Amino acid sequence: MNYFSEAWTWLTDPLTWTGADALAARLTEHLLYTLLVIVVSALIAIPLGWWVGHTGRGRNAVVVLSGAARAIPSLGLVTLLALWMGLGLPAPIITLVVLAIPPLLAGAYSGIDAVPREVTDAARAQGMSEWQILMKVEVPLSLGLLMGGVRSAALQVVSTVMLAAYVGAGGLGRPLFLGLKTQDYAMMLGASILTVGLALVLDVVLSGIQRIVRPRGTAAL
Amino acid sequence: MTWILNNLPLLWQRLLEHLTLAAPAIVLSLLLAIPLGWIAYRYRLSRWLLVTLTGLLYAIPSLPLFVVLPLILGTGIRDSINVVAALTLYGLALMVRSVSDALAAVPAVVVDAAQAQGFGAWRRFWQVELPLAIPALTAGLRVVTVSTVSLVTVSGVLGLPSLGLLFTDGFQRGIPEEILAGMVLTVVLALVLDALVALLGRALTPWRRAVKA
Amino acid sequence: MRRNPDQTQQPRRRRAIGTVAAIAAVAALGLSACGSSDPLASSSSAVSSAPADTLVVGSQQYYSNAVIAELYAQSLEGSGFKVDRQFNIGQREVYMGQVSDGKIDVFPEYTGNLLQYLDKKATATDPAEVLTALKAALPSGLSALEPAGATDQDSFNVTAETAQKHGLKEIGDLSKLPQPVKIAGNSELAKRPYGPDGLKSAYGVTAEVQPVEDGGGPLTVKALKDGTVPVSDLYSADPAIATNKFVTLADPKHLVLPQNVVPLVSTKVDDKAKAAIDAVNAKLSTEELVELNRESSVEKKNATDVAKAWLAEQGIVKAG
Repeated sequence: MNYFSEAWTWLTDPLTWTGADALAARLTEHLLYTLLVIVVSALIAIPLGWWVGHTGRGRNAVVVLSGAARAIPSLGLVTLLALWMGLGLPAPIITLVVLAIPPLLAGAYSGIDAVPREVTDAARAQGMSEWQILMKVEVPLSLGLLMGGVRSAALQVVSTVMLAAYVGAGGLGRPLFLGLKTQDYAMMLGASILTVGLALVLDVVLSGIQRIVRPRGTAAL
Repeated sequence: MTWILNNLPLLWQRLLEHLTLAAPAIVLSLLLAIPLGWIAYRYRLSRWLLVTLTGLLYAIPSLPLFVVLPLILGTGIRDSINVVAALTLYGLALMVRSVSDALAAVPAVVVDAAQAQGFGAWRRFWQVELPLAIPALTAGLRVVTVSTVSLVTVSGVLGLPSLGLLFTDGFQRGIPEEILAGMVLTVVLALVLDALVALLGRALTPWRRAVKA
Repeated sequence: MRRNPDQTQQPRRRRAIGTVAAIAAVAALGLSACGSSDPLASSSSAVSSAPADTLVVGSQQYYSNAVIAELYAQSLEGSGFKVDRQFNIGQREVYMGQVSDGKIDVFPEYTGNLLQYLDKKATATDPAEVLTALKAALPSGLSALEPAGATDQDSFNVTAETAQKHGLKEIGDLSKLPQPVKIAGNSELAKRPYGPDGLKSAYGVTAEVQPVEDGGGPLTVKALKDGTVPVSDLYSADPAIATNKFVTLADPKHLVLPQNVVPLVSTKVDDKAKAAIDAVNAKLSTEELVELNRESSVEKKNATDVAKAWLAEQGIVKAG
């Protein structure tokens, strides 16, 4: 366990955080990339998932496509895109968006799909338009499952942002790769521990949000 | 395309190497998840403990885990046992919950009926609860199968032979075809294994088809 | 979550047993992974001990190193040896351990980097001194054969346009560019003696590393070509330098150690095997290495074919 105490020493050394290659900057980058990816993929996946869930159209296509997307290896996609797009953020961000879309899509789609038929029929009988049914009935009822999708996407993204450094972007992958290449296990392990910590904090925050967004007086879907 | 045609034996070799890393991890995570999932289902406190513990595993990024495990296990960094162990842990993270939920979803009436017929806990588990849990188990194992096959590639960064080496090598030499071939093979392998698991799940539950027919 | 109704009436003691069992199961899982009796350990170990009549040739996870390893391997096979190839080992720390344990018998290395790995305080700068220091620093059981003429070392490159515009010839001229100068290269450059610290002390250049993990490969080249960075750290035997008409900056103060290709061998390598390896090194000049690299990275041929053609051409191993 010697490595762990060395990693702890590295993590708690103020120089690690402020020096030339400040860890604080890497941590901020890591968080920003994660946030950016979640926002971009949510903008794509959530409306699509809601549409599919509400209309029931393209259900099979979504299931098949997200199944195949889950199998796409991120390392392959990021290296391929980087060869084509060069250094910087575009290649890792696109890769991570591809990674985040399937769980978000599944969350958005299954949330709507799980709303009982009787409930939407009742809303329709009350004279609500399709748009109103979606926004006032289905979406509020589906937020719990949607947040489940967001949680699982965020966890995957926060751990995979590591690969961004492989193609020259920042994030906590930088100290990881530097440690790997220079046999500095304390740095490598420290960066890993920090990432795990970040993932856990993010998950706790998101599960808190998940609890809050569930409308009062409804059963969990 | 020429690169791919000229390197078919290499692609085949990497595919087999990939399979020898992924398959043991998938099988091990199923085999270990059954007793762990049963414990989690049977005893409430252990359920909380196991589901939380294995859930935490999922938060660990794969690349650091591949690097850190050998330091913990005392194996060489390039030893394939690290990758199998790491992937088994990820598989467990999903499967323990899957098994426990699948067992919990077995209707209590059926369990009670088995008990009334004089089934002991052991026989009841193997002959009633587990078979009825197979559809839900299959669903969990399919997700594990696909993600395991995809995750194996990350070990390529450490130089372990798998389809992932096609990514690192293609990246260094600037051969997009090599990376693309690796990606296609990974996805195809994942989908083929996924289909196999689904078929196996169906084959093991003939009564479900009888009901539908 | 639906639960078995009798579940909630479990006596407390049984729950406790369950928890203990859960912990035991997790512990057993950990232990079984450690145990050497684990069936996986023997069958899937990445590096195996080869039989007595087989030489194990290793290589780094760097395509050019794999080509050199392949040259040694085929030359050894041409002399009647059986060869087991263990290529693509990423970490020097890992393969050095395996070479000194006798698990790998032949490994192509580079004099300067290997010396710096073995002796962090090494001061030698010219090729002969580096070799002498290297031989002294090698652990027992390991020896370095005669190095090849070929070198493959870190080098700082700019585009012809930048070189002309700012009049750049030597590394020290980089101080004419806006400081700090961004250099694309492997992440470890940040910690190497010829990294930012060395550039500052030897040439007064303030540099910052833009890490890329492609081993000085196409992305590092592209970053320079696209103007993302003004300078790239490329391996001197990289054919992309000539292809893109990059200008390699001179290093009059010998900041970067010479990196002659040198075979690291175990005691299992006898005189006949040494002769087979020496035959390759005698012909392997930097120009030849650049050409071999070009065939591998530009013409995308695989290492086996590249090596076979070269060995036949040099008359070391007969074709066929």
